Amino acid sequence: MARDLLDHKLLFVTGKGGVGKSTVAASLALLASQRGKRTLACEIDAKGNLADFFESGPTNYEPREVQPNLFAMSMDTEASLQEYLRLQMRLPAIARIGPLARAFDFVATAAPGVREILTVGKPVWEVREDHYDLVVVDAVATGHIVSQLAAPQSINELVHVGLIRQQTGWLIDILGNKETTGLVIVTTPEEMPVNETIELAGRVEDETDVALKGIVVNRVLPELFGRGEEEVFEELRQPAAVGALDDSLGSPVEPVFEAARLAVTMRRTRAGHLDRLRTSIDASIPLLYVPYLFMRAHGLRTTRQVAEALSAELGY
Amino acid sequence: MPKRRKDDERATSLEHLLAAKEIAVVCGSGGVGKTTTAAAAAAMAAASLGGKVLVVTVDPARRLANALGLEGFGNKENPVPADAFKHAGVQPRGELWAAMLDTKESWDALINLHAPDKETAQRILENSLYQNVSGRFVQSHDYIAMERLYEIHTNGDYDLIVVDTPPTRNAIDFLEAPEHMADFFSSRFLRWLTAPARSRVINFASRPFYQVADRILGTQFLQDISEFFMNFQTMYDGFVERARAVDRLLHDRRTTFIVVSTLEHVPVREAEFFIEALDERKFHLGALVLNKVLPSYFRDEGATSVAQRLCSDAPEVANAVESIIAKPEMAAPVLREVGESFLNFQVVAKREQEQRNELAKLPEVVASVPYFDSDIYDMGGLLDLGFQIWGRRD
Repeated sequence: MARDLLDHKLLFVTGKGGVGKSTVAASLALLASQRGKRTLACEIDAKGNLADFFESGPTNYEPREVQPNLFAMSMDTEASLQEYLRLQMRLPAIARIGPLARAFDFVATAAPGVREILTVGKPVWEVREDHYDLVVVDAVATGHIVSQLAAPQSINELVHVGLIRQQTGWLIDILGNKETTGLVIVTTPEEMPVNETIELAGRVEDETDVALKGIVVNRVLPELFGRGEEEVFEELRQPAAVGALDDSLGSPVEPVFEAARLAVTMRRTRAGHLDRLRTSIDASIPLLYVPYLFMRAHGLRTTRQVAEALSAELGY
Repeated sequence: MPKRRKDDERATSLEHLLAAKEIAVVCGSGGVGKTTTAAAAAAMAAASLGGKVLVVTVDPARRLANALGLEGFGNKENPVPADAFKHAGVQPRGELWAAMLDTKESWDALINLHAPDKETAQRILENSLYQNVSGRFVQSHDYIAMERLYEIHTNGDYDLIVVDTPPTRNAIDFLEAPEHMADFFSSRFLRWLTAPARSRVINFASRPFYQVADRILGTQFLQDISEFFMNFQTMYDGFVERARAVDRLLHDRRTTFIVVSTLEHVPVREAEFFIEALDERKFHLGALVLNKVLPSYFRDEGATSVAQRLCSDAPEVANAVESIIAKPEMAAPVLREVGESFLNFQVVAKREQEQRNELAKLPEVVASVPYFDSDIYDMGGLLDLGFQIWGRRD
């Protein structure tokens, strides 16, 4: 059932660049908070702009209430490391500054997984501590998400002893718990995003313990014409009709017709990609459709509209 | 081979720009049509400028890869079949070649190049840390793309090389990748890790931060790392020198950057940021290509008033065609829907125009590409796109 989606404790939202991943993450978080869940929206993409979607001013590592019941934060690996060392390693402050941070940076660069574990570790930690009913993570784009979600496992393979090793256990447990944790892929009905979604669904299954729980198809164009109307449109585009309309309107109708033709063909091309997505993805994974928004505004208003569309799709 | 570089006049079109350059680096945020734009620019250059043109792509859609004859070739450069142009009805003046960037393969080649001997190369290639570094290292894609470009350029086989850049978390990462790579190898921590084991033990005990590192990572892991880097360090000089050469090439006057964006909010912000970053670092920004722009008729006043009339007075307007079409009663609803659709898209077109106006600092060449209503998957499609970006000054 699609509506179970918000009953998870932890949702990772990913997608190819440009498909509206952050919009959807923000909207899911907003929807959950509107439904009475204490929700944390956590942005872990370095170049993210989650704050824009709530129009709340910049977010930082310390979660801040941006709407009733809705908290937002953005990842800072440095701050995450500090917190980690304080809470998990119980290290004194003196060991947490200066050269260690630099050394850590170095190791994190050389041994991937170390940085990822801090990034993923924070939201998972919030779930473990039960600070929120739901944590929605605006995660990295499709190209990097698998290595991020698989990081605790990779660390386990590389590091055999030491405190880090001890820490990966609970991370793996929570990430792999299908009732607690889910992945949402955002796509648009276009060629490359659909290709990447299909490919990613396979990789997530093969290479991570995290379960794919939904695909949000963003910017779905409306069907312009109903039954039989397209034939009428074709007739109207014939020279005789166009001439009569031009006379009646006192201005050429052609650009408006051309715009309609563009809308029809765009919709048709996209429908083909949607079909491909539907047939390539396991039927048990719900597809949630968000209509193309013909709006000028960005920010909270858009987030609300997408949340509304998702609410309808989830059956609320 | 036709001589194409003539002078250093300011370019007024992509055609002029590419005729004067040897390398074009195509960059921008994900999903804006970067790969297709790179391929289209290269195809146009091969078709109309002549010479030997190479496009290095990162992750083309399968059908585009097919169109370029790239299926299953990996890192190797391959000529695009002349038939591809023939089917598109174009007789190219030059040759188009294409290659894909395989990060892993490129890294392996680099190790083999810089390692002092075969055994060292083998030890590095088999190390599990290396597998991680080459496959997932955050900036390894960025660096290797630039490295590969350097290698191909140095071989001197091509008159023009167009490189697509990998999608990055941060668009400027790859500009700094050569520098990072050099820093990485000269860092103090690396020196410490690769110091002789004995003196490290002494250091280890005497410095609190090493104790901490040991506690967190475990001695075995630290040793794995140090062994790996000890092998790696044999390549230090080669790597650093190479990284600097790559950086010099990117700054060379024969190299230009083409920024690609759509007129959506996020990509535009990123393009803006990127243009500034290029400027600050003194790279040559040659062109901005704006993709998937809605046609200009959406901003036409006459068309707007027609659409508004269709929305408000559809039945009356429909009277005009009553005797012409088969089902006159259906004309009014269709006309109204057509008008509404126009006004819907017009909202988006206006939004795009606002984004466009906000782009303050612009390069010499700005090209707009209208929304293509179907996907580009063959040479004909690439050249259609190519014509759009080629000569116009927007």
